Amino acid sequence: MPPLIPQQPPVDPETIIRFEHVEKIYRMGDHEVRALDDVSLAISPGRFLAVMGASGSGKSTLMNLLGCLDKPTAGRYLLENRDVAGLDDNALSALRLRRIGFIFQSFNLIPQLTVRENIELPMFYLDRDSATGNRRALELAELVGLSDRLDHRPAQLSGGQQQRVAIARALANDPVIILADEPTGNLDSKTGRQIMELLVRCNAAGKTIVMVTHESRLAAYAQARLHMSDGRVDRVEEGA
Amino acid sequence: MWKTHGWRDVRLGIKDLMLHKLRSLLTMLGVIFGVASVIAMLAVGEGASRQALDQIRRLGSRNIILTSVKPVADEGGQPNRNSFMSVYGLLEDDFLRIRETIAWIQRVVPVRLIRKMAALGERSLELRVVGTTPDWFTLVRRPVIAGRILGPNDDDQSNMVCILTERGARRLLATKSVLGQKIRLGGSVFEVIGIVASAEAGGAVQAPDQNVDVYIPLSASLSRYGRRITYRTSGTRELEQVELHQILVEVTEEQYVEEVARALEAMLQRFHKKTDVKISIPLTLLRQAEATKRTFNIVLGSIAGISLLVGGIGIMNIMLASVTERTREIGIRRAIGARRGQIVMQFLIETVVLSGLGGVIGIGVGFLIPLAISRLSGLPTQVPLYGLALSFGISVLIGIVFGLYPAIRAANLHPIDALRHE
Ligand SMILES: Nc1ncnc2c1ncn2[C@@H]1O[C@H](COP(=O)(O)OP(=O)(O)OP(=O)(O)O)[C@@H](O)[C@H]1O
Ligand SMILES: [Mg+2]
Repeated sequence: MPPLIPQQPPVDPETIIRFEHVEKIYRMGDHEVRALDDVSLAISPGRFLAVMGASGSGKSTLMNLLGCLDKPTAGRYLLENRDVAGLDDNALSALRLRRIGFIFQSFNLIPQLTVRENIELPMFYLDRDSATGNRRALELAELVGLSDRLDHRPAQLSGGQQQRVAIARALANDPVIILADEPTGNLDSKTGRQIMELLVRCNAAGKTIVMVTHESRLAAYAQARLHMSDGRVDRVEEGA
Repeated sequence: MWKTHGWRDVRLGIKDLMLHKLRSLLTMLGVIFGVASVIAMLAVGEGASRQALDQIRRLGSRNIILTSVKPVADEGGQPNRNSFMSVYGLLEDDFLRIRETIAWIQRVVPVRLIRKMAALGERSLELRVVGTTPDWFTLVRRPVIAGRILGPNDDDQSNMVCILTERGARRLLATKSVLGQKIRLGGSVFEVIGIVASAEAGGAVQAPDQNVDVYIPLSASLSRYGRRITYRTSGTRELEQVELHQILVEVTEEQYVEEVARALEAMLQRFHKKTDVKISIPLTLLRQAEATKRTFNIVLGSIAGISLLVGGIGIMNIMLASVTERTREIGIRRAIGARRGQIVMQFLIETVVLSGLGGVIGIGVGFLIPLAISRLSGLPTQVPLYGLALSFGISVLIGIVFGLYPAIRAANLHPIDALRHE
């Protein structure tokens, strides 16, 4: 598998994600925060990358850009060799819907929907018929070990179970990239490890995974670790 | 690109509303009462005006009714020779003059009314004896049940014949065969030649006791009973001389009614020194009633509009609160890949379901209120069909108008900000 190369993006077309001198600047009045400062990186398909760094170093900002929830202030972002800069809101939504799955620290399930309906949500926006959505929800609930909880509401589940539902939901649209921002941040270490094992299984199934974490024990599950400080990529560690 | 999910969206919307049943119900109350009051007011207004219009219409929109009225005592300056006798009203000459000189007239019917005791064997009954011409029966559209109505000869020859109404006949003659019977009306004997149907209740050409009318030729009335009529009112005797109590004028076309009325007025002014004739024009009354109804509808419409506006603002208020409360959910949906338009649709469907349901319940309540009003007060009510369509349409429109702003606000949230919302 080709290595992850920081700063100097390779000419190699075998990249699923490529940042070229990306900047993200938040302006608040005349005050500006440089959340990302000249970040260049390339990620090849099927990688499992951990992003580490101090609080405020720009990890979440990086994830938001990767997930097409926001656009860079400067620089280029190529997702599967397509420049994201020129896309409008609808096109970005479509990209998120078809190519990306999100996992959040706070699970972010919709409280009034059942487990089944939460997992089905991407299928709903993909306009799949309800039979297909149902089948997919069942399949994924089985995968994350929650097939007996399909009609429960998120509030009736433990944190670990909720995060498993979130993973199932992130997988529902069969995305190429899974973005996880501190997926175990709200969980105890044993539950955290279960979640990590699930992610590893997803990765083994071919998903490219980018995960933010503070814990080096969890980062060790990844194939490479990207360290950030002050909006810059510090260094990249290869190997498990 | 703009695919909709149809029923699934609606089902999802209903589900979200069901989660907050009390709040949804309270939100709907504004629309429910708005719509209910629209329908109730329309029903009462429609009922009342329809009753008025029906009454007027039964008088005939092409008719003009001249009625003799006793002039005010000090008016006219020409004191009667006999101080106990008041002479006033329409004359047979008026009838002839109208018939001969005024254009656009289909038919003219003179009416003379005298109360007489009617006697047949042992039975007796006070009847109103209507002296008139054959045209009467055409004008008031009274179908013949048995025998025949007055013919031209009856009037020309002052034939002693009479026609009873169905009910009068039944009360007077009971089971006996009616036609050919002799009946005593006051001092004269008449032969019953026909029976006509009784008028429906409220048929307003005549006084209310027309169901016990008996019709005789005008010429017979004048020759047999003279031109003087004696009234007994509360013990005192009052003598009046009235030749004709009414003249009914039917105009050929509705458009000439007002012109004919003006001509009649001019004629009466020339030949009557006193103001002893009243002209009533059903068409004018009809127009006035219609204008009143329109004004009424505008006033009611404005009141109903205000209550619906209040209902709409209530919906908008709740939906704005709901958007704030569900900011995070919006962020999640956007992160998953929902387009702005789909978020707008989601919230819009919720408000439209809310207001549409409120409209339906309001229509139900709106049906019950007029029913209760009719039951309790006896006022006629009628829920107009257009009112149903109108108020349902308006409530759905309210959902769209007042839901659009919160929905667009929800969709325009930046997904990251929305996700970060606590
Ligand atoms: N919407 C925003 N407006 C202004 N500044 C922002 C915004 N989002 C992030 N920042 C700033 O950008 C910088 C990077 O923030 P970011 O959330 O990416 O950090 P992080 O590495 O994820 O930190 P943590 O580990 O605490 O989650 C911070 O200084 C933060 O204050
Ligand atoms: Mg963060």
